Amino acid sequence: MTVITHHIPDHILAAYAAGNLPHAFAIVVASHVSLCDECRVALEAHQTVGGAVMEGADSVAVSNALKDNLFAQLDEPFTPQPVFERKGVYPGPVVEALKGKEPRWKKLGMGVRQDILAANDQGSVRLLYIPPGQAVPDHGHNGLELTLVLQGSFSDQTGRFGTGDVEVATEDLDHTPIADEGEPCICLAATDAPLRFNAWVPRLLQPIFRI
Amino acid sequence: MLMLELDISPTKQALPAAVKRKQKRVSEHKMEISQQTRWMLAVRDRRDKKAFSELFDFYAPRLKGFVNRSGVSSQQAEEIVQEVMLTIWRKAEMFDPHRAQVSAWIYQIARNRQIDMMRKENRPVPEELSIEQSDEPDVGQVVALEQETEKLRQALENLNEEQKTMIEKAYLGELTHQEISTQTGLPMGTVKSRIRLGLERLRHELKGLR
Ligand SMILES: [Zn+2]
Repeated sequence: MTVITHHIPDHILAAYAAGNLPHAFAIVVASHVSLCDECRVALEAHQTVGGAVMEGADSVAVSNALKDNLFAQLDEPFTPQPVFERKGVYPGPVVEALKGKEPRWKKLGMGVRQDILAANDQGSVRLLYIPPGQAVPDHGHNGLELTLVLQGSFSDQTGRFGTGDVEVATEDLDHTPIADEGEPCICLAATDAPLRFNAWVPRLLQPIFRI
Repeated sequence: MLMLELDISPTKQALPAAVKRKQKRVSEHKMEISQQTRWMLAVRDRRDKKAFSELFDFYAPRLKGFVNRSGVSSQQAEEIVQEVMLTIWRKAEMFDPHRAQVSAWIYQIARNRQIDMMRKENRPVPEELSIEQSDEPDVGQVVALEQETEKLRQALENLNEEQKTMIEKAYLGELTHQEISTQTGLPMGTVKSRIRLGLERLRHELKGLR
């Protein structure tokens, strides 16, 4: 694996630790942390701060019934939550979003494909498949966009992004990522606004195609 | 914008006498693992219900106080506390005192459970590291992490009220990532020193596994 040089910014890690990051971004953060020791440790540092804040909170008495209920459940059998393991280039959180299945690619044209993993009013997250040398057409965005490279690499105006790297794009960046030569580039991309693929789909059609 | 570089080295900062005494006390008992960690290890390794009861008595009221601040009803807060404590019992084998303080571990479980319950969706979590757990913890390592956390706690205590409130809001999940980046005085210096130390520790543990 290539050395990861583009990481999750600290304020996004903190929001993730606190549980206040939209679902689409949380999938990207959890995926990157699965691949990156440095961000895992940074996340653990935020959890430590959170723990210190929690421990310092003013105590509020809990009811006696709570403890009785709890202890009555300790020996009860339970089903552990399923654990999703890494599958090929897809980290556990992506495999979970895929429900353990292979991606169901939809053609976007020019060999580019996508699979929308989740979308709601807070944003969307998708897998993108970009053949080598192919540009993902200029797509501005209203808010934040996180793009994690899972295979291959791409380059744009801001630099080169290899496997494990995450590009953080804000609204002022109008960039054109181009997949590098070599193997096809597979990315996990999350945004909190509908993407505008200027060159491809007329803006009016966007709600239909969910692009 | 209220970015803050906290310097927690005692030589540069005039600490109140009470804090100084406390620091001394900590260093005198250098090689002693905290009570909370020992309870948690007893739960993990021996399924010790008495230790779990102690853990409950210590954390449940704090947890409820913490959860209460996020504006849920008292009944919801109790539900969350019960769920979190049950998860602690059931997932105890995941607790690794070399990498997480009990409070940090519980904090994460609490945030996950609260989100799962309020939003009815499972929060995406990173893959777990598969690190072999040894029965005997490396006391030096555990204590080093605890001391680091104690320094962090003191640093948080020394913040002014406004900063304290912002940190609290951030870690209660009341600030967006934009607000965290522009408004809060996160104790970045402290966090970063923890990051460096933690990373070294992690690399050390991962050696030979990869
Ligand atoms: Zn990283």
